[in-house]
Amino acid sequence: MFGKLSLSAIPYHDPIVMGAVYGSLLAGMGVIALITYFKKWPYLWTEWLTTVDHKKIGIMYIILAMIMLLRGFSDAIMMRAHQAIAVGASPGFLPPDHFNQIFSAHGTIMILFMAMPFFSGLMNIVVPQQIGARDVAFPFLNAVSLWLSVAGAMLVMVSLGVGEFSRAGWSGYTPLSEMAYSPDTGVDYWIWSIQISGAGTLLTGINFLVTTLKMRAPGMTLMRMPLFTWTTVFTNVLIIFAFPILTVALALLSLDRYCGMHFFTNDMGGNTMMYINLFWTWGHPEVYIVILPAFGIFSEVVATFSRKKLFGYGSLVYATAAIMFLSFSVWVHHFFTMGTSANVNIFFGISTMLIAIPTGVKVFNWLFTMYRGRVRFTSPLLWTLGFLTTFAVGGLTGVLLSMPPADYVLHNSLFLIAHFHNMLVPGVLFGFMAGYAYWFPKAIGFRLNETWGKLSFWFWLSGFYLAFIPLYILGFMGMPRRMQHFDNPAWQPYLIVAALGTLLILFGIGCTLMQLFVSIRQRQANRDLTGDPWDGRTLEWLTASPPAAYNFAVIPTVHDRDAFWDMKQNGTAYQKPDRYEDIEMPKNTVWGLAIGVFSFLFGFAMIWYIWWLAGLSFLGLIAVVIARASNDDTFEIIPAAEVARIEGLRPQKGTA
Amino acid sequence: MKRKFGFLFAMLTLLCVVPLLSGCNELILFNPKGPIGESEKVIILVSFVLMLLVVIPVIVMSIWFPLKYRESNTKAHYDPNWSYSKKIEIAMWLIPIIIVSILSTILWIETHRLDPYKPIQSDVKPLDVEVVSLDWKWLFIYPEQNIAVVNQFVFPAKTPLSFKITSDTVMTSFFIPQLGSQIYAMAGMQTRLHLLADEQGDYTGQNQQFSGSGFPDMSFNAKATSQESFDSWVQQVKKSPDKLDTARFEELRKPGVSTSVIHFSSIEPGLFEKIINKYDPLTRSSNTTGNTAHPAHGK
Repeated sequence: MFGKLSLSAIPYHDPIVMGAVYGSLLAGMGVIALITYFKKWPYLWTEWLTTVDHKKIGIMYIILAMIMLLRGFSDAIMMRAHQAIAVGASPGFLPPDHFNQIFSAHGTIMILFMAMPFFSGLMNIVVPQQIGARDVAFPFLNAVSLWLSVAGAMLVMVSLGVGEFSRAGWSGYTPLSEMAYSPDTGVDYWIWSIQISGAGTLLTGINFLVTTLKMRAPGMTLMRMPLFTWTTVFTNVLIIFAFPILTVALALLSLDRYCGMHFFTNDMGGNTMMYINLFWTWGHPEVYIVILPAFGIFSEVVATFSRKKLFGYGSLVYATAAIMFLSFSVWVHHFFTMGTSANVNIFFGISTMLIAIPTGVKVFNWLFTMYRGRVRFTSPLLWTLGFLTTFAVGGLTGVLLSMPPADYVLHNSLFLIAHFHNMLVPGVLFGFMAGYAYWFPKAIGFRLNETWGKLSFWFWLSGFYLAFIPLYILGFMGMPRRMQHFDNPAWQPYLIVAALGTLLILFGIGCTLMQLFVSIRQRQANRDLTGDPWDGRTLEWLTASPPAAYNFAVIPTVHDRDAFWDMKQNGTAYQKPDRYEDIEMPKNTVWGLAIGVFSFLFGFAMIWYIWWLAGLSFLGLIAVVIARASNDDTFEIIPAAEVARIEGLRPQKGTA
Repeated sequence: MKRKFGFLFAMLTLLCVVPLLSGCNELILFNPKGPIGESEKVIILVSFVLMLLVVIPVIVMSIWFPLKYRESNTKAHYDPNWSYSKKIEIAMWLIPIIIVSILSTILWIETHRLDPYKPIQSDVKPLDVEVVSLDWKWLFIYPEQNIAVVNQFVFPAKTPLSFKITSDTVMTSFFIPQLGSQIYAMAGMQTRLHLLADEQGDYTGQNQQFSGSGFPDMSFNAKATSQESFDSWVQQVKKSPDKLDTARFEELRKPGVSTSVIHFSSIEPGLFEKIINKYDPLTRSSNTTGNTAHPAHGK
């Protein structure tokens, strides 16, 4: 009746896990209690859970990312704390099975359930506004993408208390992830959470590519688009080409696990190397998918806070395009040591190094944007400076690793771990934190407290160095990754320093939470009345903060790059039109949320072999699609009078 | 505020480096004991230095530019529309291209020279070793000496080692960091590796690819001895009552963690090939060598 599921799936024996489970349940119940107490369920339902408004969807993505950041980071803290003591006779506090789940969950969560939703959220909030549009091309699909991501994330969260998560790493290498070596539900949780959220990501990629290509305001040619929008274009192309590869790889692995097939098994003609090739043909573009939007954010931030035009706009666009193309030609560098011939390794080594060239070009363009500018040290700019200084080191180690003979001694060591965190933390995370600080006033309507924001940055920066420089050194000392315990006492001091670094990062995260708390308390004093708190350059700063549902009462006409700056210089920024027009906007709908719920049930059922539930929830999905497709009444009109009223409510406009 | 944090920052970075002073010998990748590791160390250092030519200016500019052009410094030249310079554009493409070209040339030459499949040139006759990764231990078969050992690898220094490697479990990675390159061990397939130790000594060997719950315990002692010591060690092993026949191997390959050294005084003929071929449905019962199982890996 319940497949493999039984009460024994709950890990009562493990106090750490049960502590986390109880904590999460308590937090969840606390939130539900608060919503009930303040009688906010109707508000939550109509304004958030059934919305197709890209701005609200974006905010929900970012909330999801922040929650998953906490979960992924608690994995990091546990690993570092455990490794700091697990030397020689000391077993540490995490038995192997637990430790192995933690590092698998950490990678999966940070890349797929923190970075992806974070970038989807920022893209959702900002891109339609930056191109002068009122919404995305497919608003309903946008909601579906969100709820699919939430469903995937919920599966990961549930795996904590019901069954176990995968112990095969975030990469799920076969044959370790096959039934012969991982017979329990762990790998299945991993597969289904990724497949479901991956479907959402693919839909987002299509949605935003179409939006950007087809819905730009009049006069906004491609070469007048803001850099953030440009980078999302390239990201979405990468998503469209890369994600299906992951879907196929995991589907074939599922066929192995569920139907006893032999695509990637050791025996019966399976080829484990094929999985690794497929995974990384997706996996390498994936890391560019998360970093390119961060690069876009840095472009916006550095130009705005230098009060200067972005240097080398053209070469920034072409360099990003080059990165996009090249990212598909490097994947073997993830397994130079798998026995590929010298010629193959040479090809992929050189192509990997080639990517350093356009990336370097971008860095120089950002530096020269500040040159002869008027630089304001706001928290978004601090995150950017932290990136510019630290990311270069990661690039250095990357080029070093791209030399196959160097990789032969550094592959899978802590040097590798330090390298990719050196790309992901100063690159992706700092970029998203900069974007969060930069666009928060626009999305929410008041500014974030800058003091707590800057404090968070300094903790993150110093914590990053303290946590990862020792790992570079440990790589040179021969320490492999994913070690639940080790015997060489010489490694321990470095692991202790790394744990201290993680503690600093914890303070950084604490500061971000404190910042949110304090900013909400101080929101009246910090309201963004003009919609343009930073004296911005791009169109999203023309709308109110937060914008009306339709973003622009009148779609602007664009005459130049930095369209809003251009309008401000010419005094045409806040012209009131003679009259307002009716605006057609998509209606709210429950079907996006329904797809999320059915997907979650489907995933859970497949994981636990509850076939009747899998069948029913799959039918439910089909039913929802049919119901939605049969509904022709999906738009509503906002009458011109209402538009005029809303525009009239807008506080001050910025000075032209 | 920035000055205070700058200081804190510097102290923290120093904190990372202090442990370094305690033991440079522990940086085994910079203290290689064989020609392969030696060459790889040089490549690491050369790439590092070449990349610094770009990285140091970037870090300097990232700190100097915003400080010089900070808003409060009204003396600095402000040019809000200056957004292109042909000279800078050419330099920012050309300098990285030059550095990458130099590195690519080194990459080309060295990747060929340090191909793990390439035998090491030497007057000394190579020692053939067959390595099988199991859950969670390493089995070393010496086909010429007809002995086998678990959890320890003894070999003569100054002798080229010619490894044939496979796995009878999941993917693992055979690695003796102080001697040089690692290579994956995969079931049903054979990979090759060539290493050499210049000096006698005790080196750590390990599995570099996570392979399940017993993974941290897969380290082994790699002992380079003199030729005489090696020969007498072989004679020692031949006295062991334990023989590695098929039944004993089946017992050995059962999942378990044990770090004790086991000596086998004889091995089932063709055991290594049999381990590879049992994964190939076409050649399962034949006596062909692992070379035909996956020609891309054989040589």
